[in-house]
Amino acid sequence: MIRPAVLAALALLAVVLPGPLGAQDTMPPAPYAYQQLDDPKLEAEATALMHTLRCLKCQSQSIADSDAPMAGDMRHQVRSRILAGESPDQIRAWLIARYGDYVSYQPEVNSITWPLFAVPVLVILLVAGVLLRRLGKRRSDGGEAA
Amino acid sequence: MKNRFLLWVPLALFAFFAGLAAYMLTQEKDQFVASTMIGQPLPDFALDPAFAGLPGAAKADFLGGQPRLLNVWASWCLPCIAEAPQLEALKAQGVEIIGIAIRDRPEDVANFLGRYGNPYSRIGSDRISEVQLAIGSSGVPETFVIDAKGVIRYQHIGDIRADDVPVLLAELEKAK
Repeated sequence: MIRPAVLAALALLAVVLPGPLGAQDTMPPAPYAYQQLDDPKLEAEATALMHTLRCLKCQSQSIADSDAPMAGDMRHQVRSRILAGESPDQIRAWLIARYGDYVSYQPEVNSITWPLFAVPVLVILLVAGVLLRRLGKRRSDGGEAA
Repeated sequence: MKNRFLLWVPLALFAFFAGLAAYMLTQEKDQFVASTMIGQPLPDFALDPAFAGLPGAAKADFLGGQPRLLNVWASWCLPCIAEAPQLEALKAQGVEIIGIAIRDRPEDVANFLGRYGNPYSRIGSDRISEVQLAIGSSGVPETFVIDAKGVIRYQHIGDIRADDVPVLLAELEKAK
């Protein structure tokens, strides 16, 4: 009578237990993953930079926003490099040399992305042109009628 | 007459974008972030042994002799179990495989190798993904072909399936 229930409970336990063990490591995070730099000025520089870098695991978040272990390791790189005297631009360039523009979470104008910035400006100019012509025409029409 | 035709243009544009969105939603998205270090030399590194059974790994271990594989993996990574037989097959073909274990513990590494076999000649322990970030790898498992001058020649992202083995062997041949 009791046996099937116990078996079922054990089976359920066996299913639930390995879940959290499966995907993630159990290592403590890198020293500077969650630890801020002592100097508030340097920490502010590091944080600003972290908001412009994409987490490679969770691709719609910056490394500042992500809890993925790899994002923690990237924050450690950013903070320890800032502490070692590297500039935010140097660190960005270092990462872009490894992962391409993809790692940048801040849009940049370059030879491929310029149409994204140019097209809205062109559309606004076009619409302004059309509007001016129409309004101008109506006014002159109105003038004739009056 | 001309204006009546123009009236349909916005609707046609809308239909075009709706169709484009529907098409893009059904396409498989490539989630992989490829390394842009192909053709670049390995950065300098020297990692401690990942467990007592094998030496650690450094850039110097890739220099001279034949091209080698650099396998980025971890004992906590499930696809790494799936690629273990393929790494064995590559080792059986005489390929030297140097491992880098990401955020791993010695006892876990030893346990993994005891269960799924040990195709490695060396395994370095990368506790904070330092070397992984330096070579442009964005996950586990990933496998790089490194030529005898220490230059990264090819990157395989994800677990190695049976049909990837000949591809890797060909890339190793090309790197000679």
